[in-house]
Amino acid sequence: MATESVHDVALTLHDQLPILQLVVPFLAAPLVMVVGAGRGVAWLIAFLASLAAFAISALLLAQVIDGGFLSYQIGGWAPPLGIEYRIDAVNAFLLFLISGVSTLVLPFAYESVKAEIAERNQALFYTCYLLCFAGLLGVTITGDAFNVFVFLEISSLSTYAIIAAGADRDRRALTAAYDYLVMGTIGATFFVIGLGLLYMMTGTLNMGDLADRIAPQTDNRTIQAAFAFIVVGMGLKIAIYPLHLWLPNAYTYAPSAVTAFLAATATKVAVYVLLRFSFSVFSPGFAFENYTYELIILPFAILAMFAASFIAIFQTDLKRMLAYSSIAQIGYMLLGLSLMNASGLAATMVHLFNHGITKAVLFMGVGALTLRAGSSFYASIRGMGRAMPLTAAAMVVGGLSLIGVPGTAGFISKWVLVQAAFEKGWWPVAFLIVLSSLLAVVYVWRFVETLYLHEPARDAAEAPLTMVVPIWITALACVWFGINTDITMTAANTAAETLLSGSTGLAEPSPWTSALPAGEASH
Amino acid sequence: MDWSFFVGHVNYWLFVVLMMTGLYVVVAKGNLVKKIVGLNMFQTAVFMLYISMGKVHGGTAPIFPTDMKIDPATVYTNPLPHVLILTAIVVGIATTALGLALVVRIREEYGTIEEDEILEIEQDMASEENRIHGQAMGGRA
Repeated sequence: MATESVHDVALTLHDQLPILQLVVPFLAAPLVMVVGAGRGVAWLIAFLASLAAFAISALLLAQVIDGGFLSYQIGGWAPPLGIEYRIDAVNAFLLFLISGVSTLVLPFAYESVKAEIAERNQALFYTCYLLCFAGLLGVTITGDAFNVFVFLEISSLSTYAIIAAGADRDRRALTAAYDYLVMGTIGATFFVIGLGLLYMMTGTLNMGDLADRIAPQTDNRTIQAAFAFIVVGMGLKIAIYPLHLWLPNAYTYAPSAVTAFLAATATKVAVYVLLRFSFSVFSPGFAFENYTYELIILPFAILAMFAASFIAIFQTDLKRMLAYSSIAQIGYMLLGLSLMNASGLAATMVHLFNHGITKAVLFMGVGALTLRAGSSFYASIRGMGRAMPLTAAAMVVGGLSLIGVPGTAGFISKWVLVQAAFEKGWWPVAFLIVLSSLLAVVYVWRFVETLYLHEPARDAAEAPLTMVVPIWITALACVWFGINTDITMTAANTAAETLLSGSTGLAEPSPWTSALPAGEASH
Repeated sequence: MDWSFFVGHVNYWLFVVLMMTGLYVVVAKGNLVKKIVGLNMFQTAVFMLYISMGKVHGGTAPIFPTDMKIDPATVYTNPLPHVLILTAIVVGIATTALGLALVVRIREEYGTIEEDEILEIEQDMASEENRIHGQAMGGRA
């Protein structure tokens, strides 16, 4: 039916960018597995695929950073029947972050994976890594609700596998991966139940179309149940405070490169899905949603900021400490979200990005320390600041950004967040943000003190150049985005406006929609 | 909520019961394989939800006649949820396979697949680590 006309639509390579964003890493994944043995080659393919994805995401971001959106129809099938990729400032910004972090983590991974994963598994590791990467990109780029679930599961399943790859160093990686599998699957299944309920009420799965059809029936109990299922399902993936139990072990026992990549991207993508559903699918005026954020998400976000930071202070393992700090930082993102105003959303978006690069620096630094010191326990990395000055200095930059010291990326996001809280008139919340940052001072000081103010526990060489260079590029990015906020704040503000303006609805019907038999064009 | 309402929604009641049973098994059972079975039941329940909602009253199987002369009076069942669930079944199988593979590896490393025994082993590992590293940090731990 009408497929003939698809071929008439001439598309240039430039028009195909949205699909290439996904196809490149997806095709590279099996290629890596086939090439296999020569791990240098496997790594090189993975890196080139990631670099290509990064270039594509930069081109996409440049097209939408000033507003507007791109709509790409898979196979030429017009939405809502066909699957649509919808790229606006919100997800272009996320794509840019994911592919950027991946491109920085992969050079780091070269040495780290060699040291931490058995040689026969390395090609498979890169395969799963690329699948995870592609899945995360897919979740972000798609404009079709069910497609989100499919890509989410692609990324999740490969995530479980690459977390379990840490078992070569510590067998607890297996139980961590198992726990994550159980909780992640429950989360994804809740999400898909939510989608089912939405489909029941609307008969469509395209996000723009969903928004149009949900708007008139927001009082409907089924729609409200769907929203609840989606929030809880995604909450498990985001690790919203009481649903975070999988995170500390998964981050602690996963291979260093995996932790660096996941901490910077996976939870951020889940936050993005929540944002997308809360604002583009459900309208911001949906009272049930406002109550959910104000009465449930907000208290838990604040609780996370304090409780998780407090737990982080008492850890004996640097990597686990950073995992708890991630839970606390997710609290800031959700706090911005629950303010439900433009500056709050901009704060969430900019914190997604800034925290992503900050955690990438820190977890890569931990990986480098682990490579030289054997583990990331405070006791074994004592005094390593003298043995590995470059790595340790970069970690200090990351630590400062985590606290939110002026001149670093972390400052920008906390500044915007505090401003947003004031704008809403919630000054106690603003006060709590600053207060919880003090807890960050304590745990960051603890590792800085361990690294510098002790006699070295052992003789160790500086980390290899393939690690130091990506770590420092990311550390400099933390400083750069703390001083020059053109890209991040423009993108975040545009994203916030895009989200708050609600759904963009269905894209213009393609010229050949009319060629379809009547009745075929709608459900 | 009268009798016809109850009977008319029997698929949905079964969905709820099956889903909650699955979730309960995941939470309550200590055996890792049983947990995966529970997870599978939980996912299967969702298949039932989707397939139920594809049903249209008086609808027939959504197969067009070969000559494509479709009688507009014919009511077809909605095939889309079925197609969606095909994807979800594949996801469910992959999850089960991966989960069981992890259980095999856990059995190799820990020698047990009972949650409480694994937790005990891990607790010992953690307290040993805390003892060593706590002392090294100068605390009593």
